[in-house]
Amino acid sequence: MDILLWYTTRGAGAVTLVLLSGSVVLGILSVLRVQSAAWPRFLTTGLHRNLALMTLVFLALHVVTAVVDPFTHLGWLTAVVPFSSYYRTLWLGLGTIAFELLLAIVATSLVRGFIGQAAWRWVHWLTYAAWPLGVVHGLGTGTDTWSPWFFALTVICVGAVATALVYRLVAGSPDPLTGPRAEFEAAVQRRESP
Amino acid sequence: MSDLRLDFRLLAGRDLATGPEGLHEHVRRLGPLPYADRSLIDLVAGSGLTGRGGADFPVGLKWRSIAVAPKGSAVILVNGAEGEPRSKKDRLLMTTRPHLVLDGAFLTAQALHAKSIVLYIGEDHHASRQSMKRALAERTDEERRLVRTFDAPARYVAGTSSAAVHLVNAGVATPTSNPPTPHERGVDGAPTLVQNVETLAHVALLARSGRATGTRLITVVGGVSRPGVLEVDGGTTIGQAVAMAGGQTEPSRAVLIGGYFGSWVEAGKAMALSIDPQALRAHGLSLGCGVIGLLPASRCAVCEVAGIMRYLAGESSAQCGPCFFGLRALADACGRIADLGTNSTDLFQMQRWAAEVRGRGGCHHPDGAVMFLQSALQTFGDEWIQHPPHLRRSA
Amino acid sequence: MKRQLAIDRIKCDGHGLCAELLPELIRLDDWGYPILAPGPIPEHLLPLAKRATEECPVLALALRRTRAA
Repeated sequence: MDILLWYTTRGAGAVTLVLLSGSVVLGILSVLRVQSAAWPRFLTTGLHRNLALMTLVFLALHVVTAVVDPFTHLGWLTAVVPFSSYYRTLWLGLGTIAFELLLAIVATSLVRGFIGQAAWRWVHWLTYAAWPLGVVHGLGTGTDTWSPWFFALTVICVGAVATALVYRLVAGSPDPLTGPRAEFEAAVQRRESP
Repeated sequence: MSDLRLDFRLLAGRDLATGPEGLHEHVRRLGPLPYADRSLIDLVAGSGLTGRGGADFPVGLKWRSIAVAPKGSAVILVNGAEGEPRSKKDRLLMTTRPHLVLDGAFLTAQALHAKSIVLYIGEDHHASRQSMKRALAERTDEERRLVRTFDAPARYVAGTSSAAVHLVNAGVATPTSNPPTPHERGVDGAPTLVQNVETLAHVALLARSGRATGTRLITVVGGVSRPGVLEVDGGTTIGQAVAMAGGQTEPSRAVLIGGYFGSWVEAGKAMALSIDPQALRAHGLSLGCGVIGLLPASRCAVCEVAGIMRYLAGESSAQCGPCFFGLRALADACGRIADLGTNSTDLFQMQRWAAEVRGRGGCHHPDGAVMFLQSALQTFGDEWIQHPPHLRRSA
Repeated sequence: MKRQLAIDRIKCDGHGLCAELLPELIRLDDWGYPILAPGPIPEHLLPLAKRATEECPVLALALRRTRAA
């Protein structure tokens, strides 16, 4: 039974990494307005949302099985208070932070209409903190770290996100009004009246 | 009393070329600033005074909607931006009769229990700013304490009410979406009354005489001997105004009524029209801020329109796609027809784009440009269909 | 309760998801910005319209109550 819990924790963790990375990539593709005749925008955004929700499901499974597992001696507190575990304090703590960031990101997305676009966006940017923290947590806490399959999985996920990020940085803003809008704003700034 | 009646015109008093009328002279000519309370609102409403900024909105109605705000909360924004390129009336008032404008502002502030006044003067209107500044220095400390002055950037849409408020609040004169409108939440979140300088000048006279002057300021430009600002009585026709401006220098092809935010009308028909917003509305026309431009018959209408469309397209604040891209496409099409001659594709596209762009901007800039173009297509129909290439524009 | 689509034109950045989700009432102009069909939203399209307002990446699309004629 213990072994099952342990394998579930590791497995769920790996799946979380894959799902989260997939969601991040789709989020970037969404901002880049990637689309074709066969692939509408709402497909990207819909998949992005669904993968994010699935990420939370597997993340919950990962956290619960880890806490419940008698071998790890983790209390429920370690799931919410970072760096409060005896077991691999630093690496686990980073995971706790990533977990909480993701909760905030998903929660705000569910109530975006109520909190408004500006607040939502501010929190959503934290994804760029949550994802790397998750990756580092996975490499630091798992006994699998240097096992081929997990290592390969991590490399693929990091590679995918990195590629998407490079694309994002190189492509520039897909909004054609970005330049003209900035130009006009610069022309109508308040200047000190002599 | 008879002399007083003559003086109840905006441009009465000393010769306009001699510069601003100082406070002393202003008071000697018109009497001291009357005391204003809520009854001024009724007076204004009863007078039928309408705004001179272009919308011709009943001033009394505007005041009443601000008057319901809590005492001491409202802000008065004096709009002296005059972004319409060919209009000169607001500048003329500010440079020659600044105390009429200031009187109007202070009277309004008093009647509406306003907490402050914002003076919004076009950044390039140096003489106006100087004159208003000097005039302010002649006023009481109590009056001066209420006033803050801001430069209006020299762009077409920066003179819009929401852009003016946005500049004061956020430092950028771009039009904003409504709700909320400035009179709901404007400067510092307070209910803000935005009023054109000429409108306030009328208030200054109205408060003293008890009735409206019945006059308005227009700017006559183009093919006339003495282009410039005129004060005309209600019912004056365009033909009469042209005569006041020295008559036509040559026969006109058409008249642009309302400046770049207005419409073209065949010259013959235009001359008979009354310079009255209500009467013009019945013809589907708008007086706007009172610019009346005569296009000489020797000028190419298509090229003229293409030039103005290029200007209007460049004045989009680039916040809304339909305006920025739509006006640009329309201007490009006009330019192609002007430079390279008529082609049916552009003519067809222009009709379609014009119909699609209208009403799909965050402010009324694209609507004005589209109506300007549509009136040009209608008035100069033949010229559009038969335009030969002019490799160098006559404009 | 009759409802109408309304767009904040300044917020709108021409993403175009609304037109994908509600092609019966929204189409895109030559530059990718939405053109709304006028009038109240037919009952059977209300759920889709609601979804379209939720999916707009910048929350520019909204449902408004139609004023009684």
